Amino acid sequence: MIKGEHLYKSFDGRTILEDISVEFEAGKTNLIIGRSGSGKTVLLKTLVGLHEPDSGSIYYDDKNYTALSFAKRKEVRRELGMIFQGGALLDSSTVYENVRLPLDMFTNQSSAEKDKRVKECLARVELSHAGHLYPSELSGGMIKRAAIARAIVLNPKYLFCDEPNSGLDPQTSIVIDNLIHDITVEYNITTIINTHDMNSVMEIGEKIVYIHQGKKWWEGTKEDILHADNKELNDFVFASAMAKRAKKSL
Amino acid sequence: MKILGKFFGAIGRYVMLLGKVFSRPEKMSIYYRRTVNEIEALGINSIPLVAIISIFIGAVITLQMALTLESPFIPKFMIGYATRETMFLEFSSTVIAIILAGKVGSNIASEIGTMRITEQIDALEIMGVNSASYLIMPKIIATVLSFPLLALFSMIIGTVGGYIIAMTGVVLPAEYIEGLHYYFIVGEITYSLIKMAVFAFLITSISAFYGYYAAGNSLEVGRASTRAVVTSSIAIMISNLIITQLMRG
Repeated sequence: MIKGEHLYKSFDGRTILEDISVEFEAGKTNLIIGRSGSGKTVLLKTLVGLHEPDSGSIYYDDKNYTALSFAKRKEVRRELGMIFQGGALLDSSTVYENVRLPLDMFTNQSSAEKDKRVKECLARVELSHAGHLYPSELSGGMIKRAAIARAIVLNPKYLFCDEPNSGLDPQTSIVIDNLIHDITVEYNITTIINTHDMNSVMEIGEKIVYIHQGKKWWEGTKEDILHADNKELNDFVFASAMAKRAKKSL
Repeated sequence: MKILGKFFGAIGRYVMLLGKVFSRPEKMSIYYRRTVNEIEALGINSIPLVAIISIFIGAVITLQMALTLESPFIPKFMIGYATRETMFLEFSSTVIAIILAGKVGSNIASEIGTMRITEQIDALEIMGVNSASYLIMPKIIATVLSFPLLALFSMIIGTVGGYIIAMTGVVLPAEYIEGLHYYFIVGEITYSLIKMAVFAFLITSISAFYGYYAAGNSLEVGRASTRAVVTSSIAIMISNLIITQLMRG
């Protein structure tokens, strides 16, 4: 479980997050949705500790993350996996080396054990054939899959994904969504995904939080979202003319 | 007042970054491997540039000295002596350091800056890796070890360049060699190598600082790279004056 309580964050006097309290459940695919510039990415980066909240608390299970020392936070971070919007694979390393890095840094496993684990993770994301390639040689979907392999190599308890579908075609997006969802269930991870892709919402969203102008505007399930009586949320979810017609027929 | 505030703010952030860089590494074996790779990327790959510049400058200094010192009252071996002093005391350390600030400094700033804006540094931090130490410490160790060797290499190549010009007849090669030996003090080489180690530290840490704190887009990476070269060059000049005063003053 990951919980944020009364989170505030501003940059140069501009408030980005305002009094956000939210709880994400373990073993579920939790989605943060909202328009571009609504504060989704800042919320995600605040939850993982890349941004320090101006006020408020963040809990990882029973640990108050905001109150932890730098060293203790590093211990929690080793239980986190994160998939960035652009993949964020190290350009100077191959896919295999990228996935192996966390094992090299934080485990005392033998080389053979590390090699076995890397190959398992690459097989899990169907990249067994691409270990020797550099990020510049990969397609967008392969980059995302390699990033997923790196994120799960240390068996994380928490998985964060920042717009995992950005730049991908609809079919590849669904493959990535389902992969993240399956991994969440398989490892019983608390997964939080930032997205504005409604296909993802309907495909894998178990708990959905809608952020609007830096505030939590709505939360519920993918079934609730279709019948929600919230103007801003409906404007976002049913943005296209076709979606508006579909909403009327519901 | 605002400029002073910005200046001291940057100094503070630079010192804090160095504190992060020199904190205890997570895994020594990985840092060792990275350092070896950086020695190749930043040191060994600079050999051709240093060689080309040093051989031509050595040759030109010898030629200029031969033309300038054309007097019956000045012995011809002074041409070799002047070439050696110019190369050993300033060119092979200070001028080569400025050239390396352009080549290596901009490379470091743009590499780390690109990693920053593409969230690769954030990815390392999320893994629990001390990104500053992981990325910057191997580069600093690599340049502090390899740049003095480049300076030594430049001294040798520069005097060879002078010898090649001597062979064309501007001065007798034997007199040129005599000049190279004339009043030779090993301390001059030591002084030059110490200077180069300090310059290497400044170039690498300053360039890494600008890259590490780059924000925004690729334009900002370009600006960070330019600032890295300019600031490193100024730092080289100031520290050159201080070290020279301390060691030879």
